[in-house]
Amino acid sequence: MAGAGGGGCPAGGNDLQWCFSQVKGAVDEDVAEADVISTVEFSHSGDLLATGDKGGRVVIFQREQENKSRPHSRGEYNVYSTFQSHEPEFDYLKSLEIEEKINKIRWLPQQSAAHFLLSTNDKTIKLWKISERDKRAEGYNLKDEDGRLRDPFRITALRVPILKPMDLMVEASPRRIFANAHTYHINSISVNSDHETYLSADDLRINLWHLEITDRSFNIVDIKPANMEELTEVITAAEFHPHQCNVLVYSSSKGTIRLCDMRSSALCDRHSKFFEEPEDPSSRSFFSEIISSVSDVKFSHSGRYMMTRDYLSVKVWDLNMESRPVETHQVHEYLRSKLCSLYENDCIFDKFECCWNGSDSAIMTGSYNNFFRMFDRTTWRDVTLEASRENSKPRASLKPRRVCAGGKRKKDEVSVDSLDFSKKILHTAWHPAENIIAVAATNNLYIFQDKAN
Amino acid sequence: MAGVAGPGTGQGAAGGDGDDSLYPIAVLIDELRNEDVQLRLNSIKKLSTIALALGVERTRTELLPFLTDTIYDEDEVLLALAEQLGNFTGLVGGPDFAHCLLPPLESLATVEETVVRDKAVESLRQISQEHTPVALEAHFVPLVKRLASGDWFTSRTSACGLFSVCYPRASHAVKAEIRQHFRSLCSDDTPMVRRAAASKLGEFAKVLELDSVKSEIVPLFTNLASDEQDSVRLLAVEACVSIAQLLSEDDLEALVMPTLRQAAEDKSWRVRYMVADKFSELQKAVGPKITLNDLIPAFQNLLKDCEAEVRAAAAHKVKELCENLPMEGRETIIMNQILPYIKELVSDTNQHVKSALASVIMGLSTILGKGNTIEHLLPLFLAQLKDECPEVRLNIISNLDCVNEVIGIRQLSQSLLPAIVELAEDAKWRVRLAIIEYMPLLAGQLGVEFFDEKLNSLCMAWLVDHVHAIREAATHNLMKLVQKFGKEWAQNTIVPKVLVMANDPNYLHRMTTLFCINALSEACGQEITTKQMLPVVLKMARDQVANVRFNVAKSLQKIGPILDTDALQEEVKPVLQKLGQDEDVDVKYFAQEAISVLALA
Repeated sequence: MAGAGGGGCPAGGNDLQWCFSQVKGAVDEDVAEADVISTVEFSHSGDLLATGDKGGRVVIFQREQENKSRPHSRGEYNVYSTFQSHEPEFDYLKSLEIEEKINKIRWLPQQSAAHFLLSTNDKTIKLWKISERDKRAEGYNLKDEDGRLRDPFRITALRVPILKPMDLMVEASPRRIFANAHTYHINSISVNSDHETYLSADDLRINLWHLEITDRSFNIVDIKPANMEELTEVITAAEFHPHQCNVLVYSSSKGTIRLCDMRSSALCDRHSKFFEEPEDPSSRSFFSEIISSVSDVKFSHSGRYMMTRDYLSVKVWDLNMESRPVETHQVHEYLRSKLCSLYENDCIFDKFECCWNGSDSAIMTGSYNNFFRMFDRTTWRDVTLEASRENSKPRASLKPRRVCAGGKRKKDEVSVDSLDFSKKILHTAWHPAENIIAVAATNNLYIFQDKAN
Repeated sequence: MAGVAGPGTGQGAAGGDGDDSLYPIAVLIDELRNEDVQLRLNSIKKLSTIALALGVERTRTELLPFLTDTIYDEDEVLLALAEQLGNFTGLVGGPDFAHCLLPPLESLATVEETVVRDKAVESLRQISQEHTPVALEAHFVPLVKRLASGDWFTSRTSACGLFSVCYPRASHAVKAEIRQHFRSLCSDDTPMVRRAAASKLGEFAKVLELDSVKSEIVPLFTNLASDEQDSVRLLAVEACVSIAQLLSEDDLEALVMPTLRQAAEDKSWRVRYMVADKFSELQKAVGPKITLNDLIPAFQNLLKDCEAEVRAAAAHKVKELCENLPMEGRETIIMNQILPYIKELVSDTNQHVKSALASVIMGLSTILGKGNTIEHLLPLFLAQLKDECPEVRLNIISNLDCVNEVIGIRQLSQSLLPAIVELAEDAKWRVRLAIIEYMPLLAGQLGVEFFDEKLNSLCMAWLVDHVHAIREAATHNLMKLVQKFGKEWAQNTIVPKVLVMANDPNYLHRMTTLFCINALSEACGQEITTKQMLPVVLKMARDQVANVRFNVAKSLQKIGPILDTDALQEEVKPVLQKLGQDEDVDVKYFAQEAISVLALA
């Protein structure tokens, strides 16, 4: 439907002109596995940006205040807080290693001067508080300011400590640990619009938690068959509706999406809507099922649409139409002829995520060779951009890239065979209100923004 | 100790040259900032000691400002602080200075942790009572307003709990402002605040003038009850109980019932669940007439709700609902409007629903009387006694006493026995444990003959169960039975069987004999203990298993006080002395312990 592969639209067809802003992370060629970024998420205001990595760390960047001396600079993101969220563990009963890799981060709506986020690895979800401290108590009775002890017999008056200003200190403290509720690997967490509950989904089950209660969760979806040999599909992602507290969706490895209404019953085993696009029998192949597996599902901010990503395309669904998506955008159609080799190098199982812009008018998702794609939903134009250090001068425009699917390669085009499949962009995030995007390329985090001002 | 130090003694409290007395206080103050949370917590818990030593003035000018900014600490420290400050009025100089406690409590009322906020609000409510009306308007009301219009939801939720304490004592103008603030919190943007407001709506309604309740609270209630968030709507059901109590029947019908009817049919099962869960309170609040016209039909719907959680909650309320119906016409209403639905629930597909019903259904027999019970309820009881789910059967059996009073247990005994036997042999040991616990009750109701004939063998079988908890419970059960049926019965039926086990090849069974003797000796008395039990115990002192031998020592210690001096000196003492020389350390230890406890040394 949409201009496949960007062939039809002029270079830089996207109305926005994106330019480089910042890059975070080491420049080294050999990347430490622990430094690979595994999730990226803006806070609800967009002032904070969190990343999680395979080493179990969470890094939070804060947007600097507007700089008066450089009125055109809209504030860069600088490190605000870094903490170790998860540690590697070992399950002795099952003889299983539990990786520390952060699978997902979700911010809670800001409720006080402090910020809260949920982070999860395969098994355990943690609620973190990130708060600032700018005062320090001074004055002891039993010792001097320099720490020397005083003679206890010479204490003639009591001193009450007084608070003095000090350099700002940012603290991250674990507030709750939600453990032991998942037998399989957690792939999603999502906070409910009631701001008191959230869901966590693994391959076969979805649990509902209260944010203040750690010793109890309710299982709301369970697709585990009585006999595991009959297992034909797994849950790949799940999310709550942004406004309707009773609605959640989950996607499956069979390419379908189920919408559940928590109002109708306590167990959501029976979906109330079932989104599935009929398969085209002519294109059926050995890989059909694998590439139709949904790797991510995201509601639009308005709550009217949802977007799903499968291996080759990204689809937008109207919640009121279950029979087919209202939009299908090809992400890298030129790979359809390469599925065999992508299967052999396991790339076909990569889980690409997708995201909406703040007004739901554009969507973004990743590809290989450090390329990422943007689709404008109103103009139907799309663009391929590259996250690379080559053109990383501040405010340098990003040049649209094109992949040559076959035939004669034009100037400026990249041949499919020269794509680097080890450089994949799986995680991206779009600022909730502005045209600022964060793109995770292996161990580097790129921040781009539009050139408008 | 609070309140002793009046304003005049302020500075003097820590004075004098008694350095020794200052040292512990100095330590306490320094430990307010110790690295170790436990030490900080201990110090906070002794805050009144620190304040007493500082005197009221320094407490007000130095300690409280410091505490006001100490909100970075661990939750448990803040919680303790919030609690302490509620009782601090005396330590800051009495009611005239109670307002000095507001700043620290205000900052605690805005922290993210709910338990801390709730405790701070509780303390603020306590302190509000100590304010004079003037101070209340000068200090407390402004605080409430500040919280109610705070930037973060945490402060606004805390404000919700404070309106009702300052409203009754405020002047007319201030009252209007307070109501205005409450109104705006009820339509706050964040669901957390609306939830807090909804949960305090009933409490606030109670302190308002009736006119304001009708003109202001009812519209708020109606709005909250149709909120888009399920979690807000369900709290409105709770508020309904309090509001209904305040209104006349006519007002109730016009102002509240439409909303309540709507809640009972809400799309969200959680809201319907709340209606079911609060049903008895609602019933009492709306009075008999509305109950008959509205609540009974609503209850019927809840009993056949599509969500099992709702049916279970409603089933739990069946007995209370029936009990609270007006005496006149009660039987007819139950028979015609409730019982048909109960009959359906007996064969519900969900075991939680059935077991909820089973836990209360027996209570209906006293309400309905003998005739109805035999004709209508008995078939249901019998069906439930045969239910596939052990929980249902257990719940019926555990409530047998209700029926016993009305129709006697004999009516049931034919079905009871197979049900008991099946539970007694259930594969899950917790089920077996549960039925054992009801044995004394059953025995009492079924009588000794029936028991000997049908149940005695079960009780003995449990003694050799392979799970220790069951053997232990079985032992305890025997003691209860002996207390019920008397020594003679014990001597004839229980004791011989217990003693035979002393020769069992399995040492665990031999130990069970000892445990039974421990339990039974007191109920059986001196004669049986000395003549029948003691010889067996003494013989077992030669057992080849050490565990048995040291249990012999423990048993002797236990039954020693029941025996007479002759038996103790001539029979028990030599055996214990021999065990005191045993090669096993544990045996030696317990033998020596017994010797000293029984004073046989």
